[in-house]
Amino acid sequence: MSVLISRQGDYLVASIVSDLSDSQVVALRAELIHKVGKLRSRGVIVDVGGLDVIDSFVARSLRSIALTVRLRGAETVVVGIQPDVAIAMVQFDLDLHPIHAALDLDEAFLLLEHWIEGNREDGR
Amino acid sequence: MGDDIIVSIHSDQDMVVARAQSRSLADSLGFSRTEATLIATAVSEIARNILMHAGRGEISMRPLREDVRCGLIVVAQDSGPGIRDVSRAVESGFASTGGLGLGLPGARRLMDEFEIESEPSEGTTVTMTKWRMRDDLERLRERRLRRAVDPGP
Repeated sequence: MSVLISRQGDYLVASIVSDLSDSQVVALRAELIHKVGKLRSRGVIVDVGGLDVIDSFVARSLRSIALTVRLRGAETVVVGIQPDVAIAMVQFDLDLHPIHAALDLDEAFLLLEHWIEGNREDGR
Repeated sequence: MGDDIIVSIHSDQDMVVARAQSRSLADSLGFSRTEATLIATAVSEIARNILMHAGRGEISMRPLREDVRCGLIVVAQDSGPGIRDVSRAVESGFASTGGLGLGLPGARRLMDEFEIESEPSEGTTVTMTKWRMRDDLERLRERRLRRAVDPGP
C-alpha cells in the first residue's frame, strides 16, 4: 500500500509512503474527497514524505485536492516535502499556491486548529 | 558500453520505474542527492510527455565520462504525432492537450543541456544532459587505480 489514510479526530491524515504513479495520485484525490464527506472531516493533512519527486502533475494534483476538499468544507495542509524535493520544485518553478505547507504533522495540526477556531469565532 | 539503461514507457507505472532508474544511475555516477532529484524530476516530465502525446516510447540513460566532468544523458524517443512548433513547446504556459505546459520548460530548467527534435507525424526525441565537475582528487584516485590494474610496459 503506497498511501495510508487515517482519521484523527476532525482530521484526515493521508501519508504517502512510497512513489506513486499518476493514476494512484488521481485515486488518492477521489478517496480523500469521498472520505471528507463521509467522516465530516474539517481538515486534511497530506504527508508527502515518501515522494522523491514532485513534478508538475503531482503539484497540480495536490492543489486540486486542496481546492476540491475546500468545496467540501475542509482545509488542506501538505507536510513532509523533503529538502531536495523543495530545491527541485523551486528550480522547476513549481509552487503549491494556494495550499499551505508545514514541516511536520504537529505543525499541520496547529495550523488547522488555528483556522478552525478562527472560523468559529468569525461565525459568532 | 553496457552501461545503458533502457526503460520502455507504456503506462504510468513505467514512469515510476524511469524515475527510480535515473535516480540510481545518478547516485552511482556520484551526483548529489539534490542533483539526482533534479534529474529524476526531469525524467518524470519527459516520460509523461511520451505517454500523453505518443502513448508509448522509450527512455534511455547512460553515463558520459570525460576527464574533467562526468555526465548523465537521457534520451526520450517516441513515434507519436510530433511537435509542430518545438520552440513554443519549451515556453512556459504553452499547452497542447491536457497539460498546463509546465512539463518541458520545467525539465529544461532542471538539466544543463536540453534539446528537442521533432517532425510532425514522425515522432519526437528529447535529449537532455546533466553534468558534474570532477575534482582533482577524484581524477587522481582514478589514475592511481588504473595504474594498479594495468602497470603498463
